[in-house]
Amino acid sequence: MSNLNTEIETTSANSQPLLRASDLTCIREERILFEALDFAITAGDIVQIEGPNGAGKTSLLRILAGLSKPYDGDIYFQETSIAKQREAFHQELLYLGHLPGVKDEMTAQENLEFNLALHGSSSNTAEQTLSEVNLLGFEDAFASHLSAGQHRRISLARLWQSQAKIWILDEPFTAIDKLGVKKLEALFLQHADNGGCVILTTHQDLSLPAERVKKVTLAYRFS
Amino acid sequence: MMWKWLHPYANPETSYHFAGKILPWCARLAFIFLTIGITWALLFAPADYQQGDTFRIFYLHVPAAMLSMGIYLGMAIAALSSLVWQLKLADASAAAMAPIGAAFTLIALVTGSAWGKPMWGTWWIWDARLTSELILLFLYLGVIALHNAFEDKSLAGKAAGILALVGVINLPIIKYSVEWWNTLHQGATVSKLGQPSMSADMFWPFLVCFIGFAFFVTALICLRFRTEILNRNSMRPWVRELVVNKEKTHAV
Amino acid sequence: MTQLSYRAAFALIVKRDLMIAFRHRDDIVNPLLFFIIVVTLFPLGVGPESTTLSRIAPGIIWVAALLATLLSLDRLFKSDYADGSLEQMLLSPHPVFILVLAKIVAHWLLTGLPLILIAPLLAVLLHLHDSSYGALMLTLLLGTPVLSLLGAIGVALTVGIKKGGVLLSLLVLPLYIPVLIFATSAIDTAAMNLPYNGQLAIIAAIFFASLTLAPFAVSAALKVSTN
Repeated sequence: MSNLNTEIETTSANSQPLLRASDLTCIREERILFEALDFAITAGDIVQIEGPNGAGKTSLLRILAGLSKPYDGDIYFQETSIAKQREAFHQELLYLGHLPGVKDEMTAQENLEFNLALHGSSSNTAEQTLSEVNLLGFEDAFASHLSAGQHRRISLARLWQSQAKIWILDEPFTAIDKLGVKKLEALFLQHADNGGCVILTTHQDLSLPAERVKKVTLAYRFS
Repeated sequence: MMWKWLHPYANPETSYHFAGKILPWCARLAFIFLTIGITWALLFAPADYQQGDTFRIFYLHVPAAMLSMGIYLGMAIAALSSLVWQLKLADASAAAMAPIGAAFTLIALVTGSAWGKPMWGTWWIWDARLTSELILLFLYLGVIALHNAFEDKSLAGKAAGILALVGVINLPIIKYSVEWWNTLHQGATVSKLGQPSMSADMFWPFLVCFIGFAFFVTALICLRFRTEILNRNSMRPWVRELVVNKEKTHAV
Repeated sequence: MTQLSYRAAFALIVKRDLMIAFRHRDDIVNPLLFFIIVVTLFPLGVGPESTTLSRIAPGIIWVAALLATLLSLDRLFKSDYADGSLEQMLLSPHPVFILVLAKIVAHWLLTGLPLILIAPLLAVLLHLHDSSYGALMLTLLLGTPVLSLLGAIGVALTVGIKKGGVLLSLLVLPLYIPVLIFATSAIDTAAMNLPYNGQLAIIAAIFFASLTLAPFAVSAALKVSTN
């Protein structure tokens, strides 16, 4: 019994899905969040996971990123299970969750340089990347002196340097102002047009053209 | 998967009923063997020429100690199957076994201590076996505590499994090092809970007791295993049916 | 994409951890102070009699080292777990084995190494036999990395648990027992001017075994804790 509503069409014969969820079942604290969930994401897709609080959106994103193991089912990256090709999958993955991954003891620039280097992007453009997220002038500020929103922007800055095809973003617009949101949306479109895909959750309305955004809706199950 | 024949047992519901079937048999066999074994050990086996009747605690202490280690090994094997073959049920069995293993370790410690008192005059002595059992108790308590600290039962099972595996690799090293330590610091008196080489008179009652306890342990593990399965699958329809049926038969 | 080699990824993590620790010097100093204070408590508790102290000195120093290491282990993954850096490391294209090993090496440099350097001073306070100093240093040199490696397993298992610190001691101290036994035995043997190669060899074997196996256990445990 499926509790979800997907608008993702089946893929055409010659485009292999980038990421495919097969028969996913997720159980948290003895509640079945979703069961036998199937969907596929191809290059160029922007997918929004929708649903009320507690429906399992974050859990689904973490399963797609390979951080959590589902109770049942598997995730396939280019038709091979992600468990069998961890490093290859991670090269093409950028995941930004609720926690920004920013250390208080390092400056904004040091944080970004470390994150870029760790994920294989060139880190010598860290300074100008910080200007993309309106942190110009804060490069040498210790993160302990920066706000949560600024931490988030440091972690989002990676998007401008990322070569990864698959972007999985959990509430990327949190604490971002309207202008920043527009900039991010434009970036997502550009990324999708270049053959990548974006999977995200957000409470805000996306001002992207409706035909570009595909939705996976999770319902809140009481049993 | 080469263990295809095992696959039906990887289903919680089938395993629950399977464990339910073997449980009464294990319990009956345990009762028979233990009654025979304990009476034989306490009344009919020969007393030790050195230690007299207090030696009879050996029939309780040694099986308990051997089983305490066997259960830990079983737990580690279950953990390995969970991690390598992703048998979810193995998580449940590890959780089921740990408290029983800990209990038997405690029994081994208490009987060891009681055995020692007439011999050494003290309630505790740091001999190799008792010290190893004490450390084994800590290992068990660690597994139990770690398992209880996680809210999500399947994560709890995985974490406890990793700990059990780390423990099982360390266990021989710990035992070896404790024996070494003991020989270094041995005083003039022989401080080992020595049993002389077993004569046939002692071996048979020992074996019967051991088998009895082994069946007892299996019965207990089945019982706890079933409880763990119910716990972890409480949201499944087959569990709800069971509860409804139970209520019906009780109401009648 | 400029993919880092294993060596470069390893160096990146070690440098970062060292940098963070130096900016947060409490983390380095506190376990060291604890080590010193615990050792000085013993003469106060047991009496300053020289023969007693030198008899139990190896045990005191080693137990104090164990406890100080335990205190310092928290720092290994807790902070990274809390701010999401740990997740990102697990999602990086590098084998978790390498990253974990890097963090453990950094931990040892910040905890084990200072212990080794200050131990001789404390040995003087406890009237350790003159012939035992070599054994003391060698056992600490080989043994403290084992403490970091095995301790990392415990931290990785408990990092997601609230108040996991108490549980950590229960998990890790039994694993430390073999190293404790062989190290103190080596130091005692050295005091009698006898060769202690056997004990050292065993500690070395435990070290190499932990070096190869512990990072895998730590990786598996981290994946469970960040699930």
